Amino acid sequence: MEYEVVIGLEIHVELATETKIFCDCTTAFGGEVNTHCCPICTGMPGTLPVMNEKVVEYAIRAGIALNCEIAHFSKMDRKNYFYPDLPKAYQVSQFDLPLCKNGYVDIEVDGKIKRIGITRIHMEEDAGKLIHDQWGTGSLIDYNRCGVPLIEIVSEPDIRSAEEAKAYVEKVRSIIQYIGASDCKMQEGSLRADVNLSVRPIGQEKFGTRTEMKNLNSFKSILRAAEHEQRRQISEIEHGNIIVQETRRWDDTKGKSYSMRSKEEAHDYRYFPEPDLVPIELTDEQISKIRKELPELPEDRVNKYINDYQLPEYDAKLLTVSKNISDFFEQAVTSGANPKKASNYIMGDLMKLMNQYDDEAIPFDGDKLAKLISLVEAGTISQNIASKVLSMMYETRKDPAAIVKEENLAVVNDESALSEMIENIIAQHTKSVNDYLGGNTKAIGFLIGQVMQKSKGKGNPQMISRLLEEKLNKLK
Amino acid sequence: MTIEQLHGKLISKEIKVEELVHQYYEKIEAKDKDISAYISLCKDNAMKNAVLIQERINQNKDITPLTGIPMAIKDNMCTKDSKTTCGSKMLENFEPPYNATVVEKLESSGSILLGKLNMDEFAMGGSTENSAFKKTKNPYDLSRVPGGSSGGSAACVAADMAVFTLGSDTGGSIRQPASFCGVVGLKPTYGTISRYGLVAFASSLDQIGPITKTVTDAGLVLNATAGKDKYDSTSSERNIADYNEYLKKDIKNIKLAVPRQYLASGISAEVKDSILNAINEYEKMGIVCEYVDLKLADYAIAAYYIISSAEASSNLARYDGIKYGYHSENYTNLIELYKNSRSEGFGAEVKRRIMLGTYALSSGYYDAYYKKALQVRTLIKNEFDKIFETYDGIIGPTAPTTAYKIGEKSEDPLEMYLGDVYTVSVNIAGLPAISIPCGFDSHHLPVGLQIIGKAFDERKILQIAYAYEQQSSFQGLIKEAK
Repeated sequence: MEYEVVIGLEIHVELATETKIFCDCTTAFGGEVNTHCCPICTGMPGTLPVMNEKVVEYAIRAGIALNCEIAHFSKMDRKNYFYPDLPKAYQVSQFDLPLCKNGYVDIEVDGKIKRIGITRIHMEEDAGKLIHDQWGTGSLIDYNRCGVPLIEIVSEPDIRSAEEAKAYVEKVRSIIQYIGASDCKMQEGSLRADVNLSVRPIGQEKFGTRTEMKNLNSFKSILRAAEHEQRRQISEIEHGNIIVQETRRWDDTKGKSYSMRSKEEAHDYRYFPEPDLVPIELTDEQISKIRKELPELPEDRVNKYINDYQLPEYDAKLLTVSKNISDFFEQAVTSGANPKKASNYIMGDLMKLMNQYDDEAIPFDGDKLAKLISLVEAGTISQNIASKVLSMMYETRKDPAAIVKEENLAVVNDESALSEMIENIIAQHTKSVNDYLGGNTKAIGFLIGQVMQKSKGKGNPQMISRLLEEKLNKLK
Repeated sequence: MTIEQLHGKLISKEIKVEELVHQYYEKIEAKDKDISAYISLCKDNAMKNAVLIQERINQNKDITPLTGIPMAIKDNMCTKDSKTTCGSKMLENFEPPYNATVVEKLESSGSILLGKLNMDEFAMGGSTENSAFKKTKNPYDLSRVPGGSSGGSAACVAADMAVFTLGSDTGGSIRQPASFCGVVGLKPTYGTISRYGLVAFASSLDQIGPITKTVTDAGLVLNATAGKDKYDSTSSERNIADYNEYLKKDIKNIKLAVPRQYLASGISAEVKDSILNAINEYEKMGIVCEYVDLKLADYAIAAYYIISSAEASSNLARYDGIKYGYHSENYTNLIELYKNSRSEGFGAEVKRRIMLGTYALSSGYYDAYYKKALQVRTLIKNEFDKIFETYDGIIGPTAPTTAYKIGEKSEDPLEMYLGDVYTVSVNIAGLPAISIPCGFDSHHLPVGLQIIGKAFDERKILQIAYAYEQQSSFQGLIKEAK
């Protein structure tokens, strides 16, 4: 039987506010354990939360950018459960009146555009972190993350493949980065996704029983977890088993998922309105002010790159997937780089390097790429050497001119030095020389390559080919 | 002596702050072994502060009506690095890392904190018998309860072991003990005094307020403690310079409502007589008193116990034996640590409310209980609003009886809950109300008159209370206490 997969995603994003959602503690990542906390975020008796207005603003920005309706009246609720990383034994979140709802985002998979519905976006506080086993006797708690503001973006079950799931998360992440609501660093956990997945025979309208995999924090794990879960469910059904509604833990290193708890053991969170906070009431003016001040979205930049920079659509789309890369590109262009040349270096060498180092951003500014391009344009270094310089820039963050100087990579324009190399090559490769002299003019390419190699890629290519032709012609 | 009287003596240097503080510690020494109002004293600190405050008076610098006045607070308001127990074994050794906003405000007013006062555990109860540490006695009759949950705060003022105290009132916890102990107790409008640092019982109902010897003193303490606090989003922006502003204004145009339901069933005959006498007194002053219906009064207790217990079940969930407070030694895993710490650390009444509240919020029951209670809450508010369209205040009894014997009701929680019948709807509607002494029963136990005002109209209820106090023979009632 043919099956169809149905996926809905919940994405948690840590907002880029400087302070926590209900107190003045810093949200900075890292830091000595339990140094970014105070009586309020550790839930000491008698303390009260006060809403950080920046959190509401960022959440509204996200709502607008994801085409949601923004509620004029919403409120915070308490979600009650016991866990040591949750010092109040409830999480302040939103239940029945979220800040944003009924949005959508368009994704592109295999050249086809598809619209994914967004059910809601709500605000909540993050919990602390348990540190297990380091001392053998038990677990310790770090409350630094406690009270860091989050938004949860809940999609409709509109996604029909693991690739679509990945594309959706990429698109949402890119938009959130563009509007400055979060850095969305997945390695640091500032963007995590829960995958809700079920399968059903093609043509069946009713959804199958779904499972949930929580806290996936890389595109690769989202893709793999969804593919694996899809296969697992189909195989269960094919073997005559039924799917149990449950939470499963995805182990990315083993490439397998494990059952965590079933619905029967599910929490009753006993949601009720948070009495310590006043409802969030917004006027049309407040919402439209945020709408007007919303930073440029990826679509705006795609249009700008095509129309103003005359880039091909392919380049424009690829450059704008990540705000980091797009910002880098714009820095390079602003610093005088030719847009197409900058685009080529980014899509080629730089993306390769980012993959190789598993980085989310290029570790230097775009103006350095502009400098590198101008070195090539001025003939100071060759195209080939430029790639080499770029990877050294990536490693050392040094200025390209400094690298060229230190590593002695400038083009060799010394005629006598090149002449000597050419004479040696002619002497060593008599067959190619004879081929050329016999009328096979293409053989010169091989000889030029040999000289280039001899010069370690630094010989001025125009000069080499002129000198080589002169010398070969003398042999005729 | 009252705040007003002592202020005069301090400013004229007739008495020094150190002497005054010392005198109060002597009184505590002499009386508190019988009354048991205090849980802890902070004598060293108080004596140190007394010297500093005397200095202020000598330099005539930053003097407020509370400067140099010895006072005490209920043990559910956080005092930095000194014990704040909430009357619970759970927090027996808990030292908060910060001061409550009221503590900061009282400190800057120059008043001197003598110690922390006994209370029903986590403010749940009406007799102070639910304290994990001691039973406070009523200064009028040591075999009787002082009321609760701010029983320590009321008994302390009645026995003059502090010039004034702070209590907290979630369903009557300031007014009912004030009534039982023959003192003045004011529960301000929800949002008047910051709750930051008040260990929460039911967040949407809790409100701090003064317990004093006179109405004027209550206004003075309110002046020093009220106001917007950036740490409490529910605190009001309203800025009232002097809550005693109306005290001496003409009372003639005031109209008072008397809810029929408050004098119908369940009230003791003697309390009823005292209230009828008080109404009579008001009428003699030329004030119109008319009977009205408060039909939803019957539903107030049910709604109150659902809402307050639901909020409490969540507010008290943080006491899990992990970060601070009581930690059971008897466990092998996390769940057992939670269960045993909470089972051993909380008293019976607290557990009862946590269970009640947890049940009311559970899926499948939420709509029938919690949601319904919120709807009743709205209706009760509307009913009060309607009355305040015509009347300036509502008067009636604070409690259906006078102080009862220790142990008399502690075995029957339901009967205890019914004692809150006149006070809870005020919290449900977020209104201000004051209890003032208005007579004695045949056991020579004080009766309290409750005056309820519209939201943020404390000035008017203080005016109404003051008018009665001035003509009654019950001012200075406390002199008769043991």
